[in-house]
Amino acid sequence: MSHTGAQLIWESLVREGVEIVFGYPGGAILPAYDAMVGYPIRHVLVRHEQSAAHMADGYARASGRTGVVVATSGPGATNLVTGLATAMLDSIPVVAITGQVGSGLLGSDAFQEVDITGITIPVTKHNYLVTRAEDIVPAIREAFAVARSGRPGPVLVDITKDAQQSRATLDWEAATPQRHLRHLPVPPDADDLARALDMIRQAKRPVILAGHGIQMAGARAEVMALAERGDIPYALTLLGLGAVPATHPLSLGMMGMHGESWVNRAIQEADLLIALGMRFDDRVTGKLKEYAPHAQKIHIDIDASELNKNVPVDVAIAADLLEVLRTLLPELPKVQRSEWLETIRGWRGDSAVRDIKNLPDDGHLYAAHVMHDLWNLTRGEAVVVSDVGQHQMWEAQYYHHDGERSLITSGGAGTMGFALPAAIGAKLARPEAEVWVVAGDGGFQMTFAELMTAVQEGVKVNIAVINNGFLGMVRQWQAMFYEGRYAATPILSPDFVKLADAFGIAGERVEKRADVAAAVARARATKGTALIEFRVEQEDSVYPMVPAGAALHEMILRPSAIAETGSDPV
Amino acid sequence: MPHVLVVYTDDEPGVLTRVASLIRRRGFNIHSLTVGPTERAGLSRMTIVVDTDAPRVRQAVEHLRKLVNVLEVQQLGEHPKVLRDLALVRVAAGPETRSAVLQLAQVFRATVVDIAEDSLVIECTGSLGKIEALVDTLRPFGILELGRTGAVAMARGTRPAPQVRSALQRGPSTGTMSV
Repeated sequence: MSHTGAQLIWESLVREGVEIVFGYPGGAILPAYDAMVGYPIRHVLVRHEQSAAHMADGYARASGRTGVVVATSGPGATNLVTGLATAMLDSIPVVAITGQVGSGLLGSDAFQEVDITGITIPVTKHNYLVTRAEDIVPAIREAFAVARSGRPGPVLVDITKDAQQSRATLDWEAATPQRHLRHLPVPPDADDLARALDMIRQAKRPVILAGHGIQMAGARAEVMALAERGDIPYALTLLGLGAVPATHPLSLGMMGMHGESWVNRAIQEADLLIALGMRFDDRVTGKLKEYAPHAQKIHIDIDASELNKNVPVDVAIAADLLEVLRTLLPELPKVQRSEWLETIRGWRGDSAVRDIKNLPDDGHLYAAHVMHDLWNLTRGEAVVVSDVGQHQMWEAQYYHHDGERSLITSGGAGTMGFALPAAIGAKLARPEAEVWVVAGDGGFQMTFAELMTAVQEGVKVNIAVINNGFLGMVRQWQAMFYEGRYAATPILSPDFVKLADAFGIAGERVEKRADVAAAVARARATKGTALIEFRVEQEDSVYPMVPAGAALHEMILRPSAIAETGSDPV
Repeated sequence: MPHVLVVYTDDEPGVLTRVASLIRRRGFNIHSLTVGPTERAGLSRMTIVVDTDAPRVRQAVEHLRKLVNVLEVQQLGEHPKVLRDLALVRVAAGPETRSAVLQLAQVFRATVVDIAEDSLVIECTGSLGKIEALVDTLRPFGILELGRTGAVAMARGTRPAPQVRSALQRGPSTGTMSV
């Protein structure tokens, strides 16, 4: 049966199981939009294409499915770039479909013509320029296969207007993708597995480094079995939060630049690191030369190019984590490591006395308090979508994520403006979940136009804007490393309560800790999207902190004076 | 030390851009890159000579292997191999120096492919070292133009390495896609 290319796009998406796409129409994609009507796919009209990419990303992170974004040629396509890069750096399966000018106009600098396949080569796993209707189905099928397989990531399919308008026969079977199979991981090497087993058996002070890959491999139960059988504590990367539970006795918490001191200390003192589905990012290792100097290292990741990239390891296994752990687990004896765990517990106790949540209320509102209270009030069961900056780190420190896919955040790219659109995508993926946006006053102002998308689509998310009047993380660096010169970091905000009102959503302002609980309760009880602006301490800083370029044990600890002076002591 | 990679790819528009983009982005220093068709329709073969240390080369190989259009990457590190470069050299050669240049060309088993009034074009095929030696030898006469193909490499032995054979057997995609 013959279809137009435009129909073939939707035929393909329906067959791939797509139920929702995020997009924005325009000239070169108009045939596809015209054909959309009548297909069982919901379209979410965004206010900016970058947000559409973040929504598809948030949808994918919340559900484990592939997110889909649609945009037109030229600026529509280039606006996707930040969203694609965000998904690329965090290994999120997203398929972007863009319209392109007619094939006869390619290369002529036609109206809204941009070489989007050229532009997106470095920020996608693969991309396609489709100029014929008969190539649409094979390209889209392969795009989904590539996006989902191996280490996931975004794929872009650019389809010329004439390809959408001409006709071709739909042959789904003939379009079965093959090329993604070229690079699937091979089964792990038996010698490597034997050496890894040996190292785990002999280790006295092992630490598991738990990353995002655990979630993507679906290996939560196996990682927990490894930890529990071997009595091995685990430290988490930012994107690993939620992959394994935070409140488990063997959970140490987040590692790295803003990791708790005992976590980084445990890594520096360890004699074995078992890195699972993580990539030794510079925010995790600090100074490479002095990273975990006493530890042998086992690194298991599906992406061979991540092995021995930043940290040279003793055993490198490029394979599916689930398969590796299922092979290893039966060989591991149950052991106790009370001495090592006791040592770490001692370090932990020392830090607790400095922790802001254990200090008396001095009348100031701290972001850490807001996060801690939000965690308590939602019983740790919300899906939190954080933006980028100080609040993101406080969220990671004080909201303890036990559930899988319960924290959604831009880790690798650090894309400000991510949270609100990603949260809308997450809520649409999991309507039953309670979704909270946690954003700073800076990042929220980048994409808050999407509030109207939430309203138009009837999406309920709860929004906590942590307003300190600064681009806080940059201000913190200026305070610490640039002699306090606050160049371009003070930022004004609109009246967020009036802003909420203008969008037709509930909004209120909180300035005292005593008011946090009631405001959170009101937001949760509101039927539609609700916004709370938390006016927090302006010059508060995130601790502990490993300064850029310093070794992991060279942390700046929380100053215990913080509650007394109410100001940043740096 | 220069490392030699042989990369089998789909013969499609844009593949060279993807490979070049990857190598640029990851900061690998390319000595030469050649590409051409193979014995199989739809398959191209690249020879990439990179000038970097062994761990970086391994990185380059692993990154190349992630490209959808790449079927296989063969690193001809310690392998016995044939490595050939072709050079065309336009060298100044008037009536007084012409015979000297011709003699030198003969020593290198290079052939003269064009003669003009006061210059010759010499074609030479050989290892990178041989080409460089020829160029050094001709330099005093005055090199007017030099063009080189970059290296094409192949492992010595009776047949390709197993991973190359299996990649070639899998072949390019059977689909009709022109993308």
